[in-house]
Amino acid sequence: MKVSTVETTLTHAILVLAALIAVYPLVSIVASALQGADGFGLGSFAVAWERGSFGPALLSSAFISITVVLVTVAVVSLAGYALATMRVPGGRIMLPVLLLGLVLPYEVTVLPLYQMMTDWGILDTWWALILPQIGLSVPLGVFWMRAFFAAVPVELLEAARIDGAGRFETFRLVLLPIAGPAIATLSTILFLFTWNEFLLALVLVPQSPVAQTAPLALSFFAGAGRSIDQSVVAAAAVIVAAPIVLAYVILQRRLIAGLTEGAVK
Amino acid sequence: MTVSSATRATVVATPRGRRRRSSFTAYSWSSLLYVAPALLFFGVFVIYPICISVQTSFYEYDGLTVATPVGAANYVAVFTDPALREALLHSLVLLFFYAVLPVVIGLGLAGLLSRIRIYGLTFFRAVLFIPQVLSSVVVAVAWRGILASDGPLNSVMQAVGLGSFATSWLGDFDTALPAVGGIGTWVQYGLCMVLFLGGIVGIDRSLYEAARLDGAGAIREFRAITLPALRPQISIALILCITFALRNFDIIWNTTRGGPGTSTAVPSVYIYQDAFQNRALGQASAMAVVLTLLILVIVGIVQFALRERSDVPRAARRSGGVR
Repeated sequence: MKVSTVETTLTHAILVLAALIAVYPLVSIVASALQGADGFGLGSFAVAWERGSFGPALLSSAFISITVVLVTVAVVSLAGYALATMRVPGGRIMLPVLLLGLVLPYEVTVLPLYQMMTDWGILDTWWALILPQIGLSVPLGVFWMRAFFAAVPVELLEAARIDGAGRFETFRLVLLPIAGPAIATLSTILFLFTWNEFLLALVLVPQSPVAQTAPLALSFFAGAGRSIDQSVVAAAAVIVAAPIVLAYVILQRRLIAGLTEGAVK
Repeated sequence: MTVSSATRATVVATPRGRRRRSSFTAYSWSSLLYVAPALLFFGVFVIYPICISVQTSFYEYDGLTVATPVGAANYVAVFTDPALREALLHSLVLLFFYAVLPVVIGLGLAGLLSRIRIYGLTFFRAVLFIPQVLSSVVVAVAWRGILASDGPLNSVMQAVGLGSFATSWLGDFDTALPAVGGIGTWVQYGLCMVLFLGGIVGIDRSLYEAARLDGAGAIREFRAITLPALRPQISIALILCITFALRNFDIIWNTTRGGPGTSTAVPSVYIYQDAFQNRALGQASAMAVVLTLLILVIVGIVQFALRERSDVPRAARRSGGVR
Protein backbone atom coordinates (compact mmCIF):
# COMPACT_ATOMS: atom_id res chain seq x y z
CA MET A 1 0.00 0.00 0.00
CA LYS A 2 1.22 3.47 -0.81
CA VAL A 3 1.08 5.69 2.20
CA SER A 4 3.75 8.30 2.76
CA THR A 5 6.50 7.64 5.29
CA VAL A 6 5.55 10.93 6.93
CA GLU A 7 2.07 9.60 7.67
CA THR A 8 3.45 6.27 8.89
CA THR A 9 5.85 8.06 11.24
CA LEU A 10 3.22 10.50 12.54
CA THR A 11 0.71 7.74 13.19
CA HIS A 12 3.30 5.71 15.06
CA ALA A 13 4.15 8.80 17.10
CA ILE A 14 0.49 9.08 18.12
CA LEU A 15 0.44 5.36 18.96
CA VAL A 16 3.53 5.77 21.13
CA LEU A 17 1.88 8.72 22.90
CA ALA A 18 -1.27 6.67 23.56
CA ALA A 19 0.88 3.85 24.96
CA LEU A 20 2.86 6.25 27.16
CA ILE A 21 -0.35 7.68 28.61
CA ALA A 22 -1.54 4.12 29.31
CA VAL A 23 1.54 3.23 31.38
CA TYR A 24 2.20 6.62 32.97
CA PRO A 25 0.09 6.16 36.14
CA LEU A 26 1.78 2.82 36.81
CA VAL A 27 5.19 4.38 36.27
CA SER A 28 4.22 7.30 38.51
CA ILE A 29 3.40 5.12 41.53
CA VAL A 30 6.60 3.12 41.09
CA ALA A 31 8.57 6.38 40.89
CA SER A 32 6.93 7.94 43.93
CA ALA A 33 7.29 4.70 45.91
CA LEU A 34 11.02 4.72 45.25
CA GLN A 35 11.39 8.35 46.37
CA GLY A 36 10.60 7.88 50.03
CA ALA A 37 10.97 10.25 52.95
CA ASP A 38 14.56 9.15 53.44
CA GLY A 39 15.63 9.47 49.83
CA PHE A 40 15.71 7.02 46.95
CA GLY A 41 15.32 3.39 47.95
CA LEU A 42 13.02 0.55 48.94
CA GLY A 43 12.28 1.96 52.42
CA SER A 44 8.66 2.79 51.61
CA PHE A 45 7.99 -0.78 50.52
CA ALA A 46 9.21 -2.12 53.86
CA VAL A 47 7.00 0.33 55.77
CA ALA A 48 3.93 -0.42 53.63
CA TRP A 49 4.44 -4.18 53.87
CA GLU A 50 4.75 -4.00 57.63
CA ARG A 51 1.90 -1.61 58.39
CA GLY A 52 -0.66 -2.70 55.78
CA SER A 53 -0.54 -6.47 56.41
CA PHE A 54 -0.33 -7.07 52.66
CA GLY A 55 1.15 -10.54 53.11
CA PRO A 56 -2.10 -12.10 54.38
CA ALA A 57 -4.09 -9.94 51.93
CA LEU A 58 -2.17 -11.23 48.91
CA LEU A 59 -2.58 -14.76 50.23
CA SER A 60 -6.36 -14.25 50.60
CA SER A 61 -6.62 -12.85 47.08
CA ALA A 62 -4.61 -15.74 45.66
CA PHE A 63 -6.63 -18.43 47.47
CA ILE A 64 -9.99 -16.82 46.65
CA SER A 65 -9.15 -16.21 42.98
CA ILE A 66 -7.69 -19.66 42.37
CA THR A 67 -10.65 -21.40 44.03
CA VAL A 68 -13.17 -19.33 42.08
CA VAL A 69 -11.38 -20.07 38.80
CA LEU A 70 -11.10 -23.83 39.44
CA VAL A 71 -14.71 -24.33 40.49
CA THR A 72 -16.09 -22.00 37.80
CA VAL A 73 -14.13 -23.67 35.01
CA ALA A 74 -15.36 -27.09 36.16
CA VAL A 75 -19.04 -26.17 36.29
CA VAL A 76 -19.13 -23.99 33.16
CA SER A 77 -17.27 -26.57 31.06
CA LEU A 78 -19.96 -29.12 31.84
CA ALA A 79 -22.75 -26.62 31.25
CA GLY A 80 -21.18 -25.21 28.08
CA TYR A 81 -20.72 -28.73 26.72
CA ALA A 82 -24.34 -29.63 27.37
CA LEU A 83 -25.71 -26.37 25.92
CA ALA A 84 -23.55 -26.69 22.80
CA THR A 85 -24.11 -30.35 21.96
CA MET A 86 -27.33 -31.52 23.61
CA ARG A 87 -30.92 -30.39 23.55
CA VAL A 88 -31.22 -29.19 27.11
CA PRO A 89 -34.83 -28.77 28.32
CA GLY A 90 -35.26 -25.07 29.06
CA GLY A 91 -32.01 -24.25 27.27
CA ARG A 92 -33.72 -21.50 25.33
CA ILE A 93 -34.63 -19.72 28.56
CA MET A 94 -31.26 -20.31 30.22
CA LEU A 95 -29.22 -18.46 27.62
CA PRO A 96 -31.07 -15.11 27.69
CA VAL A 97 -31.14 -15.20 31.49
CA LEU A 98 -27.40 -15.85 31.60
CA LEU A 99 -26.93 -13.04 29.05
CA LEU A 100 -28.60 -10.65 31.50
CA GLY A 101 -26.10 -11.85 34.08
CA LEU A 102 -23.28 -10.52 31.89
CA VAL A 103 -24.29 -6.87 32.23
CA LEU A 104 -25.74 -7.00 35.73
CA PRO A 105 -24.42 -4.45 38.25
CA TYR A 106 -23.19 -6.23 41.39
CA GLU A 107 -24.97 -3.52 43.39
CA VAL A 108 -28.28 -5.31 42.92
CA THR A 109 -27.02 -8.59 44.42
CA VAL A 110 -24.69 -7.37 47.12
CA LEU A 111 -27.18 -6.34 49.85
CA PRO A 112 -29.03 -9.70 49.91
CA LEU A 113 -25.67 -11.49 49.70
CA TYR A 114 -24.55 -9.67 52.83
CA GLN A 115 -27.70 -10.88 54.60
CA MET A 116 -27.22 -14.44 53.31
CA MET A 117 -23.58 -14.65 54.36
CA THR A 118 -24.48 -13.29 57.80
CA ASP A 119 -27.24 -15.88 58.19
CA TRP A 120 -24.91 -18.68 57.09
CA GLY A 121 -22.27 -17.47 59.54
CA ILE A 122 -19.57 -17.11 56.89
CA LEU A 123 -19.40 -13.29 56.64
CA ASP A 124 -15.77 -12.14 56.90
CA THR A 125 -14.44 -15.48 55.67
CA TRP A 126 -12.94 -16.43 52.29
CA TRP A 127 -16.12 -18.35 51.47
CA ALA A 128 -18.24 -15.20 51.64
CA LEU A 129 -16.34 -14.02 48.55
CA ILE A 130 -15.72 -17.34 46.85
CA LEU A 131 -19.31 -18.60 46.61
CA PRO A 132 -20.91 -15.42 45.15
CA GLN A 133 -18.04 -14.85 42.75
CA ILE A 134 -18.47 -18.34 41.30
CA GLY A 135 -22.13 -17.51 40.72
CA LEU A 136 -21.26 -14.17 39.13
CA SER A 137 -18.62 -15.79 36.89
CA VAL A 138 -21.01 -18.43 35.56
CA PRO A 139 -22.59 -16.33 32.74
CA LEU A 140 -19.29 -15.38 31.10
CA GLY A 141 -17.91 -18.87 31.58
CA VAL A 142 -20.92 -20.66 30.13
CA PHE A 143 -20.97 -18.43 27.04
CA TRP A 144 -17.25 -18.84 26.59
CA MET A 145 -17.20 -22.63 26.83
CA ARG A 146 -20.42 -23.03 24.86
CA ALA A 147 -18.91 -20.99 22.02
CA PHE A 148 -15.83 -23.19 22.10
CA PHE A 149 -17.70 -26.51 22.14
CA ALA A 150 -20.12 -25.33 19.45
CA ALA A 151 -17.14 -24.64 17.16
CA VAL A 152 -15.81 -28.20 17.50
CA PRO A 153 -16.48 -30.11 14.23
CA VAL A 154 -19.52 -32.38 14.51
CA GLU A 155 -17.47 -35.18 12.87
CA LEU A 156 -15.29 -35.35 15.97
CA LEU A 157 -18.30 -35.94 18.22
CA GLU A 158 -19.72 -38.47 15.74
CA ALA A 159 -16.43 -40.36 15.63
CA ALA A 160 -16.30 -40.53 19.40
CA ARG A 161 -19.86 -41.83 19.48
CA ILE A 162 -19.19 -44.49 16.86
CA ASP A 163 -16.19 -45.62 18.92
CA GLY A 164 -18.68 -46.24 21.71
CA ALA A 165 -17.83 -43.29 23.92
CA GLY A 166 -20.66 -42.09 26.13
CA ARG A 167 -21.43 -38.42 26.51
CA PHE A 168 -19.27 -37.96 29.54
CA GLU A 169 -16.40 -39.97 28.02
CA THR A 170 -16.64 -37.82 24.88
CA PHE A 171 -16.39 -34.75 27.07
CA ARG A 172 -13.54 -36.00 29.21
CA LEU A 173 -11.43 -37.87 26.66
CA VAL A 174 -12.10 -36.04 23.39
CA LEU A 175 -13.16 -32.46 24.14
CA LEU A 176 -11.33 -31.50 27.32
CA PRO A 177 -7.88 -32.29 25.89
CA ILE A 178 -8.44 -29.88 22.97
CA ALA A 179 -10.12 -27.23 25.15
CA GLY A 180 -6.85 -26.30 26.87
CA PRO A 181 -6.29 -22.92 25.20
CA ALA A 182 -9.95 -21.85 25.59
CA ILE A 183 -9.91 -22.84 29.26
CA ALA A 184 -6.58 -21.08 29.83
CA THR A 185 -7.85 -17.79 28.39
CA LEU A 186 -11.11 -18.02 30.34
CA SER A 187 -9.15 -18.77 33.52
CA THR A 188 -6.97 -15.71 32.98
CA ILE A 189 -9.97 -13.42 32.51
CA LEU A 190 -11.83 -14.85 35.52
CA PHE A 191 -8.70 -14.64 37.64
CA LEU A 192 -8.29 -10.94 36.78
CA PHE A 193 -11.94 -10.14 37.52
CA THR A 194 -11.92 -12.02 40.81
CA TRP A 195 -8.60 -10.64 41.96
CA ASN A 196 -9.67 -7.04 41.23
CA GLU A 197 -13.23 -7.19 42.57
CA PHE A 198 -13.71 -4.45 45.11
CA LEU A 199 -17.36 -3.82 46.03
CA LEU A 200 -18.06 -7.44 47.04
CA ALA A 201 -14.92 -7.53 49.17
CA LEU A 202 -15.84 -4.23 50.85
CA VAL A 203 -19.28 -5.55 51.76
CA LEU A 204 -18.64 -9.24 52.44
CA VAL A 205 -15.29 -9.28 54.27
CA PRO A 206 -15.33 -5.82 55.89
CA GLN A 207 -14.03 -6.60 59.36
CA SER A 208 -11.62 -9.45 59.00
CA PRO A 209 -7.92 -8.69 58.46
CA VAL A 210 -7.43 -12.38 57.65
CA ALA A 211 -9.98 -12.59 54.84
CA GLN A 212 -9.33 -9.12 53.34
CA THR A 213 -8.31 -9.14 49.69
CA ALA A 214 -5.34 -7.14 48.44
CA PRO A 215 -7.39 -4.35 46.77
CA LEU A 216 -9.50 -3.98 49.92
CA ALA A 217 -6.44 -3.83 52.15
CA LEU A 218 -5.01 -1.15 49.85
CA SER A 219 -8.26 0.82 49.95
CA PHE A 220 -8.28 0.82 53.77
CA PHE A 221 -4.57 1.59 53.91
CA ALA A 222 -4.78 4.49 51.44
CA GLY A 223 -7.92 5.89 53.05
CA ALA A 224 -6.59 5.62 56.59
CA GLY A 225 -5.64 9.28 56.72
CA ARG A 226 -3.31 11.98 55.57
CA SER A 227 -0.78 11.03 58.21
CA ILE A 228 0.71 8.33 55.98
CA ASP A 229 3.56 9.34 53.70
CA GLN A 230 2.33 9.39 50.09
CA SER A 231 5.32 7.37 48.96
CA VAL A 232 4.28 4.61 51.39
CA VAL A 233 0.78 4.60 49.89
CA ALA A 234 2.31 4.42 46.41
CA ALA A 235 4.53 1.53 47.56
CA ALA A 236 1.43 -0.28 48.87
CA ALA A 237 -0.25 0.21 45.48
CA VAL A 238 2.81 -1.24 43.74
CA ILE A 239 2.78 -4.25 46.09
CA VAL A 240 -0.88 -4.91 45.26
CA ALA A 241 -0.39 -4.35 41.52
CA ALA A 242 2.83 -6.36 41.17
CA PRO A 243 1.50 -9.95 41.11
CA ILE A 244 -1.18 -9.06 38.56
CA VAL A 245 1.22 -7.09 36.36
CA LEU A 246 3.71 -9.97 36.45
CA ALA A 247 1.02 -12.49 35.57
CA TYR A 248 -0.14 -10.17 32.80
CA VAL A 249 3.33 -9.87 31.29
CA ILE A 250 3.44 -13.67 31.04
CA LEU A 251 -0.14 -14.22 29.87
CA GLN A 252 -0.91 -11.06 27.84
CA ARG A 253 -0.61 -12.60 24.39
CA ARG A 254 -3.17 -15.30 25.12
CA LEU A 255 -5.42 -12.92 27.04
CA ILE A 256 -5.61 -10.25 24.35
CA ALA A 257 -5.97 -12.70 21.48
CA GLY A 258 -8.75 -14.40 23.41
CA LEU A 259 -10.50 -11.13 24.22
CA THR A 260 -10.41 -9.62 20.73
CA GLU A 261 -11.77 -12.82 19.20
CA GLY A 262 -13.98 -14.02 22.05
CA ALA A 263 -15.65 -10.70 22.85
CA VAL A 264 -17.16 -10.34 19.42
CA LYS A 265 -18.45 -13.91 19.25
CA MET B 1 -16.60 -34.25 42.55
CA THR B 2 -19.97 -35.61 43.64
CA VAL B 3 -21.63 -34.03 40.67
CA SER B 4 -19.36 -35.51 38.03
CA SER B 5 -19.51 -39.03 39.45
CA ALA B 6 -23.28 -38.81 39.65
CA THR B 7 -23.34 -37.70 36.03
CA ARG B 8 -21.21 -40.59 34.92
CA ALA B 9 -23.41 -43.05 36.78
CA THR B 10 -26.49 -41.78 34.97
CA VAL B 11 -24.86 -41.90 31.58
CA VAL B 12 -23.74 -45.47 32.13
CA ALA B 13 -27.18 -46.46 33.38
CA THR B 14 -28.86 -45.25 30.19
CA PRO B 15 -29.47 -48.07 27.68
CA ARG B 16 -26.82 -47.84 24.99
CA GLY B 17 -29.14 -47.87 21.97
CA ARG B 18 -31.42 -45.18 23.28
CA ARG B 19 -28.54 -42.96 24.20
CA ARG B 20 -27.18 -43.08 20.67
CA ARG B 21 -30.44 -42.07 19.13
CA SER B 22 -31.25 -39.31 21.57
CA SER B 23 -27.81 -37.82 22.14
CA PHE B 24 -27.95 -34.81 19.90
CA THR B 25 -31.49 -34.64 18.61
CA ALA B 26 -34.33 -35.13 21.09
CA TYR B 27 -34.60 -33.37 24.44
CA SER B 28 -32.34 -35.20 26.83
CA TRP B 29 -33.32 -34.85 30.44
CA SER B 30 -29.99 -36.20 31.64
CA SER B 31 -28.32 -33.16 30.05
CA LEU B 32 -29.76 -31.19 32.95
CA LEU B 33 -27.22 -32.90 35.19
CA TYR B 34 -24.43 -31.21 33.22
CA VAL B 35 -26.08 -27.81 33.51
CA ALA B 36 -27.20 -28.17 37.11
CA PRO B 37 -24.03 -27.21 39.03
CA ALA B 38 -23.57 -23.98 37.07
CA LEU B 39 -27.25 -23.10 37.34
CA LEU B 40 -27.21 -23.84 41.05
CA PHE B 41 -24.43 -21.30 41.67
CA PHE B 42 -26.06 -18.78 39.35
CA GLY B 43 -29.48 -19.28 40.89
CA VAL B 44 -28.45 -19.12 44.54
CA PHE B 45 -25.91 -16.29 44.31
CA VAL B 46 -27.31 -14.15 41.49
CA ILE B 47 -30.99 -14.78 40.70
CA TYR B 48 -32.17 -15.28 44.28
CA PRO B 49 -30.43 -12.11 45.57
CA ILE B 50 -31.96 -10.11 42.72
CA CYS B 51 -35.42 -11.33 43.71
CA ILE B 52 -34.74 -10.35 47.32
CA SER B 53 -33.57 -6.90 46.18
CA VAL B 54 -36.75 -6.40 44.17
CA GLN B 55 -38.85 -7.51 47.14
CA THR B 56 -36.96 -5.32 49.63
CA SER B 57 -37.36 -2.30 47.35
CA PHE B 58 -41.08 -2.20 48.20
CA TYR B 59 -40.44 -2.04 51.96
CA GLU B 60 -39.00 0.32 54.49
CA TYR B 61 -36.39 -1.82 56.21
CA ASP B 62 -33.43 -1.12 58.49
CA GLY B 63 -32.09 -4.68 58.39
CA LEU B 64 -32.96 -5.33 62.03
CA THR B 65 -36.59 -4.58 62.91
CA VAL B 66 -39.74 -5.62 61.05
CA ALA B 67 -40.02 -4.30 57.49
CA THR B 68 -42.98 -2.06 56.63
CA PRO B 69 -44.48 -2.24 53.13
CA VAL B 70 -44.44 1.18 51.51
CA GLY B 71 -45.60 0.41 47.96
CA ALA B 72 -43.64 2.28 45.30
CA ALA B 73 -42.51 5.06 47.63
CA ASN B 74 -38.83 4.11 47.37
CA TYR B 75 -39.04 4.29 43.56
CA VAL B 76 -40.81 7.65 43.70
CA ALA B 77 -37.95 8.85 45.90
CA VAL B 78 -35.35 7.73 43.36
CA PHE B 79 -36.82 10.12 40.81
CA THR B 80 -37.93 12.95 43.11
CA ASP B 81 -35.30 13.12 45.84
CA PRO B 82 -32.95 15.89 44.65
CA ALA B 83 -29.83 14.04 45.85
CA LEU B 84 -30.70 10.81 44.06
CA ARG B 85 -31.74 12.65 40.91
CA GLU B 86 -28.45 14.49 40.97
CA ALA B 87 -26.66 11.14 41.27
CA LEU B 88 -28.46 9.81 38.19
CA LEU B 89 -27.48 12.98 36.34
CA HIS B 90 -23.83 12.47 37.33
CA SER B 91 -24.08 8.96 35.90
CA LEU B 92 -25.13 10.37 32.56
CA VAL B 93 -22.21 12.83 32.60
CA LEU B 94 -19.87 9.95 33.40
CA LEU B 95 -21.40 7.98 30.54
CA PHE B 96 -19.83 10.57 28.25
CA PHE B 97 -16.39 10.22 29.86
CA TYR B 98 -16.45 6.46 30.39
CA ALA B 99 -18.12 5.35 27.17
CA VAL B 100 -18.51 8.01 24.46
CA LEU B 101 -15.04 9.53 24.77
CA PRO B 102 -13.08 6.23 24.86
CA VAL B 103 -14.98 4.88 21.85
CA VAL B 104 -14.44 8.11 19.89
CA ILE B 105 -10.73 8.24 20.78
CA GLY B 106 -10.39 4.55 19.95
CA LEU B 107 -12.14 5.00 16.60
CA GLY B 108 -10.07 8.04 15.69
CA LEU B 109 -6.84 6.20 16.36
CA ALA B 110 -8.15 3.08 14.65
CA GLY B 111 -8.92 5.18 11.58
CA LEU B 112 -5.36 6.48 11.48
CA LEU B 113 -3.88 3.04 12.11
CA SER B 114 -5.98 1.36 9.43
CA ARG B 115 -4.11 3.37 6.78
CA ILE B 116 -0.64 2.16 7.58
CA ARG B 117 1.34 -0.98 8.30
CA ILE B 118 1.71 -1.04 12.08
CA TYR B 119 5.04 -2.04 13.55
CA GLY B 120 5.06 -3.69 16.98
CA LEU B 121 1.29 -4.23 17.05
CA THR B 122 1.41 -6.93 19.76
CA PHE B 123 3.57 -4.73 21.96
CA PHE B 124 1.28 -1.72 21.64
CA ARG B 125 -1.80 -3.83 22.28
CA ALA B 126 -0.26 -5.25 25.44
CA VAL B 127 0.68 -1.79 26.75
CA LEU B 128 -2.65 -0.18 25.87
CA PHE B 129 -4.46 -2.93 27.77
CA ILE B 130 -2.61 -2.34 31.06
CA PRO B 131 -5.27 0.01 32.57
CA GLN B 132 -7.80 -2.84 32.29
CA VAL B 133 -5.58 -5.23 34.21
CA LEU B 134 -4.85 -3.04 37.22
CA SER B 135 -7.11 -3.16 40.24
CA SER B 136 -9.38 -0.12 40.34
CA VAL B 137 -8.00 0.70 43.79
CA VAL B 138 -4.47 0.85 42.37
CA VAL B 139 -5.79 3.05 39.55
CA ALA B 140 -7.45 5.34 42.09
CA VAL B 141 -4.30 5.65 44.20
CA ALA B 142 -2.17 6.42 41.14
CA TRP B 143 -4.53 9.09 39.85
CA ARG B 144 -4.99 10.66 43.27
CA GLY B 145 -1.25 11.29 43.15
CA ILE B 146 -1.27 12.61 39.59
CA LEU B 147 -4.23 14.94 40.18
CA ALA B 148 -3.15 16.17 43.63
CA SER B 149 -2.52 19.91 44.07
CA ASP B 150 1.24 19.25 44.21
CA GLY B 151 1.01 16.47 41.63
CA PRO B 152 2.63 16.08 38.21
CA LEU B 153 -0.39 17.38 36.26
CA ASN B 154 -0.20 20.77 37.96
CA SER B 155 3.60 20.85 37.55
CA VAL B 156 3.18 20.34 33.81
CA MET B 157 0.51 23.05 33.67
CA GLN B 158 2.76 25.47 35.50
CA ALA B 159 5.64 24.63 33.16
CA VAL B 160 3.58 25.48 30.07
CA GLY B 161 2.18 28.69 31.57
CA LEU B 162 -1.25 27.41 32.55
CA GLY B 163 -0.37 27.59 36.24
CA SER B 164 -3.38 29.79 37.00
CA PHE B 165 -5.68 26.87 36.17
CA ALA B 166 -3.86 24.47 38.48
CA THR B 167 -6.09 23.17 41.25
CA SER B 168 -6.72 20.21 43.50
CA TRP B 169 -8.58 18.44 40.71
CA LEU B 170 -10.41 15.86 42.83
CA GLY B 171 -11.06 18.26 45.69
CA ASP B 172 -12.58 21.15 43.75
CA PHE B 173 -16.38 21.25 43.36
CA ASP B 174 -16.10 22.33 39.72
CA THR B 175 -13.44 19.91 38.56
CA ALA B 176 -14.06 16.76 40.61
CA LEU B 177 -16.65 15.20 38.30
CA PRO B 178 -14.70 15.73 35.05
CA ALA B 179 -11.52 14.62 36.86
CA VAL B 180 -13.14 11.34 37.91
CA GLY B 181 -14.49 11.10 34.36
CA GLY B 182 -11.00 11.54 32.97
CA ILE B 183 -9.79 8.58 35.01
CA GLY B 184 -12.57 6.51 33.46
CA THR B 185 -11.58 7.65 29.97
CA TRP B 186 -8.03 6.54 30.73
CA VAL B 187 -9.19 3.12 31.97
CA GLN B 188 -11.37 2.45 28.92
CA TYR B 189 -9.67 3.95 25.85
CA GLY B 190 -7.03 1.22 25.70
CA LEU B 191 -9.71 -1.47 25.79
CA CYS B 192 -11.52 0.21 22.89
CA MET B 193 -8.31 0.54 20.89
CA VAL B 194 -7.37 -3.08 21.47
CA LEU B 195 -10.82 -4.22 20.34
CA PHE B 196 -10.76 -1.96 17.26
CA LEU B 197 -7.20 -2.94 16.35
CA GLY B 198 -8.33 -6.56 16.47
CA GLY B 199 -11.09 -5.66 14.02
CA ILE B 200 -8.85 -3.69 11.67
CA VAL B 201 -6.43 -6.57 11.28
CA GLY B 202 -9.32 -8.59 9.90
CA ILE B 203 -10.29 -6.07 7.20
CA ASP B 204 -9.40 -7.10 3.67
CA ARG B 205 -6.58 -4.76 2.56
CA SER B 206 -7.76 -4.82 -1.04
CA LEU B 207 -10.83 -2.82 0.01
CA TYR B 208 -8.53 0.09 0.87
CA GLU B 209 -6.60 -0.33 -2.38
CA ALA B 210 -9.85 -0.21 -4.31
CA ALA B 211 -11.08 2.84 -2.40
CA ARG B 212 -7.84 4.65 -3.11
CA LEU B 213 -8.03 3.82 -6.81
CA ASP B 214 -11.48 5.40 -6.72
CA GLY B 215 -9.83 8.48 -5.28
CA ALA B 216 -11.30 8.19 -1.80
CA GLY B 217 -9.62 10.32 0.87
CA ALA B 218 -8.88 9.36 4.44
CA ILE B 219 -12.32 10.42 5.67
CA ARG B 220 -14.23 8.56 2.96
CA GLU B 221 -12.09 5.51 3.54
CA PHE B 222 -12.85 5.61 7.27
CA ARG B 223 -16.55 6.06 6.74
CA ALA B 224 -16.99 3.58 3.92
CA ILE B 225 -14.68 0.76 5.02
CA THR B 226 -13.28 1.02 8.54
CA LEU B 227 -16.43 2.11 10.37
CA PRO B 228 -18.82 -0.49 8.89
CA ALA B 229 -16.27 -3.27 9.37
CA LEU B 230 -15.82 -2.40 13.03
CA ARG B 231 -19.53 -2.50 13.86
CA PRO B 232 -19.36 -5.66 16.03
CA GLN B 233 -16.35 -4.29 17.92
CA ILE B 234 -18.03 -0.91 18.43
CA SER B 235 -21.09 -2.66 19.80
CA ILE B 236 -19.13 -4.74 22.31
CA ALA B 237 -16.93 -1.77 23.29
CA LEU B 238 -19.99 0.39 23.96
CA ILE B 239 -21.65 -2.32 26.02
CA LEU B 240 -18.53 -2.91 28.14
CA CYS B 241 -17.95 0.84 28.62
CA ILE B 242 -21.58 1.65 29.42
CA THR B 243 -21.88 -1.07 32.07
CA PHE B 244 -18.59 0.07 33.54
CA ALA B 245 -19.75 3.69 33.56
CA LEU B 246 -23.07 3.02 35.24
CA ARG B 247 -21.73 0.57 37.83
CA ASN B 248 -18.67 2.63 38.66
CA PHE B 249 -18.41 2.27 42.40
CA ASP B 250 -14.72 1.45 42.82
CA ILE B 251 -13.03 4.48 41.29
CA ILE B 252 -15.35 7.05 42.86
CA TRP B 253 -15.24 5.36 46.28
CA ASN B 254 -11.45 5.29 46.25
CA THR B 255 -10.90 8.81 44.93
CA THR B 256 -13.64 11.14 46.21
CA ARG B 257 -16.22 9.02 48.13
CA GLY B 258 -18.79 11.05 46.18
CA GLY B 259 -17.40 14.39 47.33
CA PRO B 260 -16.55 17.17 47.68
CA GLY B 261 -20.10 17.68 48.97
CA THR B 262 -22.14 15.54 46.62
CA SER B 263 -20.40 16.70 43.45
CA THR B 264 -19.33 13.20 42.36
CA ALA B 265 -22.05 11.15 44.06
CA VAL B 266 -23.41 8.39 41.81
CA PRO B 267 -26.17 5.81 42.42
CA SER B 268 -23.79 3.05 43.54
CA VAL B 269 -22.31 5.28 46.25
CA TYR B 270 -25.81 5.99 47.61
CA ILE B 271 -26.66 2.29 47.40
CA TYR B 272 -23.67 1.48 49.60
CA GLN B 273 -24.22 4.37 51.99
CA ASP B 274 -27.98 3.86 52.30
CA ALA B 275 -27.51 0.17 52.99
CA PHE B 276 -24.51 0.14 55.30
CA GLN B 277 -24.37 3.58 56.85
CA ASN B 278 -27.98 4.89 56.90
CA ARG B 279 -29.59 1.44 57.29
CA ALA B 280 -32.18 2.31 54.62
CA LEU B 281 -32.19 -1.03 52.83
CA GLY B 282 -35.48 -0.47 51.00
CA GLN B 283 -34.25 2.77 49.47
CA ALA B 284 -30.90 1.23 48.55
CA SER B 285 -32.61 -1.75 46.91
CA ALA B 286 -34.91 0.47 44.85
CA MET B 287 -31.89 2.45 43.64
CA ALA B 288 -30.09 -0.81 42.74
CA VAL B 289 -33.10 -2.05 40.79
CA VAL B 290 -33.40 1.24 38.91
CA LEU B 291 -29.68 1.14 38.12
CA THR B 292 -30.00 -2.41 36.80
CA LEU B 293 -32.98 -1.51 34.60
CA LEU B 294 -31.16 1.58 33.34
CA ILE B 295 -28.17 -0.54 32.29
CA LEU B 296 -30.37 -3.16 30.62
CA VAL B 297 -32.34 -0.51 28.71
CA ILE B 298 -29.27 1.40 27.49
CA VAL B 299 -27.40 -1.78 26.54
CA GLY B 300 -30.54 -3.01 24.78
CA ILE B 301 -30.80 0.24 22.81
CA VAL B 302 -27.14 0.09 21.77
CA GLN B 303 -27.39 -3.51 20.66
CA PHE B 304 -30.59 -2.85 18.76
CA ALA B 305 -29.23 0.27 17.06
CA LEU B 306 -26.01 -1.37 15.94
CA ARG B 307 -27.61 -4.64 14.88
CA GLU B 308 -30.44 -2.96 13.01
CA ARG B 309 -28.16 -0.98 10.72
CA SER B 310 -26.08 -3.97 9.70
CA ASP B 311 -29.23 -5.46 8.12
CA VAL B 312 -29.63 -2.46 5.83
CA PRO B 313 -27.92 -3.03 2.47
CA ARG B 314 -24.50 -1.52 2.22
CA ALA B 315 -25.35 1.07 -0.45
CA ALA B 316 -28.33 2.39 1.48
CA ARG B 317 -26.21 2.55 4.58
CA ARG B 318 -23.58 4.61 2.87
CA SER B 319 -25.97 7.17 1.42
CA GLY B 320 -27.72 7.43 4.77
CA GLY B 321 -24.43 7.84 6.58
CA VAL B 322 -23.18 10.80 4.56
CA ARG B 323 -25.44 13.16 6.43
